[in-house]
Amino acid sequence: MVLLQRPHILLLLIGTHQFLQCWIAFGSVNEEGQKQEEFSEELLLKPLPDHKLLAHFHFQSSGPPSTSNGCHHHLFPKAISQLVQKFRIKEMELSFTKGRWNYESWGGFDPLSSSNAKPPGVELWAVFDVPQHHIDASWKNLTHTLSGLFCASINFLESTATYSTPEWSFPPASGNVRYGTLPCEAVCTENLTPWLKLLPCRDKAGIALLLDRPSLYRGFYHSQQLHLTSTGSSSEGIDSGIILEQTLTVVLQPNSEMAIEVHASEKHIQPSWSLSSIFGKQVSGRCVLAKPSSVYLLLDRGLSAANGLTSENFWSNPSFELSANPDRIFLEESSSHSKSLSILYMFQVEKYCESEPFDIGLMWKVPVAWLCQQTPLHASRFLMGSGNERAAIAISLKSTQFTEGFMSANSKDGSCELRVDVFQVVPWYVKVYFHSLRVFVDQQPRAVSDIIEKIHVSPSKDKMSPGVMEVVLKLPCRVNTAALTIEFDKGFLRIDEYLPDANQGFDIPSAIISFPNFHASMVFLEDDSLNKSPLLSKFQEKCPVMSYTEVLLVPLTTPDFSMPYNVITITCTVFALYFGSLLNVLQRRVAEEERFLKAKAAKKTGRLPLLLSKLSAKLRGRRLEPLHSPPSSSSFINSKLVLKVILVAGLAVGWQYFFS
Amino acid sequence: MAETKEKSLSDEKPKPRVRPIVRLGIFLISHSFHFSVVCCTAGVLALFLLPVLAKNTYISENALMPGSASPMLSNQHVSDGNRLVKDLTNPNSKSSETGIESHKIIAQYMLDLGAEVSFHKFHPQMNQFHPLHFFSSPDSGKIQENYSCSSYGINTVGIIRAPHGDGKEAIVLVTPYNALKSGFGEALSLGIAYSVFSLLTQVTWLAKDIIWLVADSQYGEYAAVAAWLREYQTPKFSSLSTPNAEMCPDVNNLFELKGHSISGSKFSNSFRRAGTMASALVLKVRDQNEQFEDTISIYAEASNGQMPNLDLINVVNYLAVHRQGLRVNVEKLWSLLNSSWLKSLGEIFESLAKVAKSLYPKWKFGIPATEYVEGTATLASSLYYQALGVPTGPHGAFRDYQVDAITLEISPKFSLDKVWRNDILLRGGRLIEGVIRSVNNLLEKFHQSFFLYLLTSPSKFVSVGVYMIAFALLIAPLPMVAASLYVDANSSSNCSKGDSSTPSAITDTDEHSIAIRSWRWLNSAKLVFIVHLWGAIVSLLPYFISQIPDCSPTTSFMIWVLLSILSLLTLNSVLASPLACAKATQEKEWALVKSVTISSVFIGLGLMSVINFATAEIGALLMVPMCLLAQPLKLDVRAGTLRSFCRMICNLVLGHIAFPPAAFFLLKGMLDGFGNANVGDFWMWVESLWAWNSATYLFIGMVQLPCWVLCISILFHTC
Repeated sequence: MVLLQRPHILLLLIGTHQFLQCWIAFGSVNEEGQKQEEFSEELLLKPLPDHKLLAHFHFQSSGPPSTSNGCHHHLFPKAISQLVQKFRIKEMELSFTKGRWNYESWGGFDPLSSSNAKPPGVELWAVFDVPQHHIDASWKNLTHTLSGLFCASINFLESTATYSTPEWSFPPASGNVRYGTLPCEAVCTENLTPWLKLLPCRDKAGIALLLDRPSLYRGFYHSQQLHLTSTGSSSEGIDSGIILEQTLTVVLQPNSEMAIEVHASEKHIQPSWSLSSIFGKQVSGRCVLAKPSSVYLLLDRGLSAANGLTSENFWSNPSFELSANPDRIFLEESSSHSKSLSILYMFQVEKYCESEPFDIGLMWKVPVAWLCQQTPLHASRFLMGSGNERAAIAISLKSTQFTEGFMSANSKDGSCELRVDVFQVVPWYVKVYFHSLRVFVDQQPRAVSDIIEKIHVSPSKDKMSPGVMEVVLKLPCRVNTAALTIEFDKGFLRIDEYLPDANQGFDIPSAIISFPNFHASMVFLEDDSLNKSPLLSKFQEKCPVMSYTEVLLVPLTTPDFSMPYNVITITCTVFALYFGSLLNVLQRRVAEEERFLKAKAAKKTGRLPLLLSKLSAKLRGRRLEPLHSPPSSSSFINSKLVLKVILVAGLAVGWQYFFS
Repeated sequence: MAETKEKSLSDEKPKPRVRPIVRLGIFLISHSFHFSVVCCTAGVLALFLLPVLAKNTYISENALMPGSASPMLSNQHVSDGNRLVKDLTNPNSKSSETGIESHKIIAQYMLDLGAEVSFHKFHPQMNQFHPLHFFSSPDSGKIQENYSCSSYGINTVGIIRAPHGDGKEAIVLVTPYNALKSGFGEALSLGIAYSVFSLLTQVTWLAKDIIWLVADSQYGEYAAVAAWLREYQTPKFSSLSTPNAEMCPDVNNLFELKGHSISGSKFSNSFRRAGTMASALVLKVRDQNEQFEDTISIYAEASNGQMPNLDLINVVNYLAVHRQGLRVNVEKLWSLLNSSWLKSLGEIFESLAKVAKSLYPKWKFGIPATEYVEGTATLASSLYYQALGVPTGPHGAFRDYQVDAITLEISPKFSLDKVWRNDILLRGGRLIEGVIRSVNNLLEKFHQSFFLYLLTSPSKFVSVGVYMIAFALLIAPLPMVAASLYVDANSSSNCSKGDSSTPSAITDTDEHSIAIRSWRWLNSAKLVFIVHLWGAIVSLLPYFISQIPDCSPTTSFMIWVLLSILSLLTLNSVLASPLACAKATQEKEWALVKSVTISSVFIGLGLMSVINFATAEIGALLMVPMCLLAQPLKLDVRAGTLRSFCRMICNLVLGHIAFPPAAFFLLKGMLDGFGNANVGDFWMWVESLWAWNSATYLFIGMVQLPCWVLCISILFHTC
């Protein structure tokens, strides 16, 4: 039928058009002899120990520095390039996260987790390439632009009380960094759609086709990131290359209906999954604009060790079965500190088409249990104390047994030290007393100067800027537990400074704990085709191990929010009373009153006083009071009037009672 | 000018006009007797009217939405819970003498659900008297020297992380469990909690983390929960050289078991936390029950009469009554239920309401007499437990950290068949699920509804605006009477002096004598101050007495009484015996003493009503009549009229009743019968008061006792 064929034709047209465009782009770029714009789409799947599956989408577009194109691009999103040019951004990262990264079971020592585990809510940092005094203005404009671009309230980061300037502890160490978080920002599809719009194929083709909203947001962790790096000569400004990395990390529970079944034997076996079962969709071919378009399956060190996989037998493994044959298998380059190696299975999406969609599945045959490699110290942060006045923030670090061997291997001589950087931003209404910083190592209180190598503190200014604390700790390698406590006062806010839902409490953003001695990197055995994959080359970069702590909720004293009304009424009453009595006092003249009384007594004696009093009354602008009003009249009224009223009321009551 | 002319004309003194407010004050002071009679009667009457004035509860916070979602707890979860109950009641699990086996079972069950599990070891902390720790926030606890491996408890804690939540808040579910001698009820409460827990690991709507605390109640339910909370809120990072629980072999054994667990990462022996606690539920199942219905009792009173937000009780009440068909109970004073005078009072109110309704159909304030009696019994117990200032359950520990918490005690009609057990598991579980779901819906913390209220039935309450009226009426006459006594004492001495001296002498001695007279109250103020100082000393004495080893309550009490009398005599002699010297200087001295006493009582009651309303109310009922009626017996004997005779009798009776120990024994006798009253009981009662940091103790020691002593001294004044 014609109707059925039409879409195919259309698609074909679009496809060819795009291809042509692409080809033209190639041609034009090649003529110039410059690097062309590139786009890559990759998906990494990784089974997690607690029966979950991590899916990491990685899209990278790069716009090369080109003067010839002017402000036109073939693949690269124009919005982003304009953003970079306008605000002279050197590097920027924006992340939207829902849920918490579980450092204990999902690991924290691989490049995947140390760069993709983010605090809940929105986190934004940017490095600018402008003079110092312009940075704040650029930041403000940037927040507003991003807020419009991603349908989020990033513009709240505009006020100086919400963002901070890390001096040296923040990884992209530079004076031009601005860092801000919004811990209570809700993340949903409205943030994802604009993010997808930056992709050349959106979610209509290629790997992005898998991004099925209901299954994504059903997950346990969802973090959507945008990382911008501008390369090349920065001082000239306009023609610098831009690399845009868009990543989406989700942790999903495959086969949730299987988990409900409580068979003791089946509980320990990992659930089997396939792309179509977790996302409800399949990949029907690549996005034609994407150069490498591949799907990876990563078995990390712990898992491959548990499976008994070694470099010899990883082709034929007994414990699980893949539904599709991998195109390549990469082995991690063996390193000194771990015997087992990660294994990476690569699938190329190009081979598949609409009639034969790509769907990879994994079937476990035997129960396996393993542990992910964790950060050297597990960090957790909590509030101490109770009441509305004072409290304390405690950051506790516990050594994870997993890395113990690693650390002892690292320590060649006896004096081995573990460096830990702590970066903590506290909002101004949490008034931190930095002198109350105390350090405990292995449950022994230690002098701050012994442990802290370097500290930078910028105290908060009320309603102006948050407090920032950057600490470098030098802990002995054999440390079991360490704790940092710092006390604070809970501030009082003006009624218009309370956020909506003030009774929920106020958030203290996550602290960043980083371990500069340790670098998470995954170097796979050298292969020339490997260089083409941006995801894998990103894995090879040495990034410091980092972890975020929990967001804290500080309950502050809240006023009764009907208070303005009460205050207005009370103030008005007080004013009325005050002015009333003041006027009364001002008007009253004691001498005059005495005279008045006497005149009353002597009113029959002469007409002169009467006249005078009339005159004075006229002068005062009042009506002449009848002189007859006797002071006893009030009591007279009291007794008789009350009697009458009671009598009438009694009659009425009796009447009513009698007739009903 | 005209004015000067006027002035020259006037030479007689005109009557100055007095401001209305001043006139009103003078009127009230001069009629203070009638005023105080009217106010006190009205105050007592208003107290008895409170059950009539009680309003129906309503859910104030819209976000709670109780019962709007259909319960998801299915028979699957109930059978899970049943499995746990069976395993726990299985005789094999009790083989170990420390009860560690059952903790292991519970932990294993939690682990199987995918929850994070940890054990919390604690040493039971003896309640001790810290004289300066009233009102202070709970601290991390004193370090005890004699820790031993034999005396520690183990709390098992399971935490479910909300899959989509940000982990800022948590809801706590507590089930006390004594592994050594657990009844079937405790196992059943664990079963209910487990079935809810197993449901909550699967649901997607969780926004707050769930903490399930199995509190080891072998050293008391409260101690276990308080120890866990202390560790949660104010942990100690530094441990001194005292032997730790880790060194005890049993505990290590406990952790070894978990080593081979398949999901080992979920278990840790370190203390685990979730975010800020939003609210807490303590669940208990009673073993024995005489009732024919499944009932659920709510206990809400925490230390110093603090109550959780009314919305929490409302949610439980609504879900229990309208969804699960359980009968909801709150504590009642059962002895009041059969009292005939209360019944007749209720009938009077009922008939009055009928009359009022016939007059005007919109006046509908009457309630049936039986309902009135029940309401009064509930109100009385609500007042009593609030006044006592001792928490009525483990939920009290949460209130110290500003967490709203209640204890739910399910008392099922007892039978042992399986159908019944499933039914109670299902209904109890669905109730807990509903409450947790409601609290989970809550974006803000509980703040909409009342914190200051008295319950007259599970669905009726009296708010602070209403019950304050009764108290205000009771104490309103105090300043009036004090002022009138002061004026009387001053003017009478003024008159006597004025009569004796010649009019010409007034002018020169006037200023001097007025100056002396107006400062004469300082003398009586000194006396009152000394007695209050003595009161403070008396309330500090138990701290030293409790240091004496091996002392029975009776002897402690005797020592206390002796020391108190001794200290009173010492103070009296050291500070120039103000009682004796007062008599010498002034015959109207007692009126001034009474005036100052009444003022101090007024201040004391006013302060106490802010701290703990119920204590102030009960104290006012005792002290206000005593203060107002106090008059030297000699004067009454001298007068010899019927009125003074009545007053004398009243004074004597009140003088006996208002003595704190006497009041205690009277109350105890009324509640439990006089048969087993023992002198040492009072000591034990006082001990419990200070152990719980109850402000009632301070009130008795520093307001009521001095007031009683002063009143007695007025009664026996030799004038």
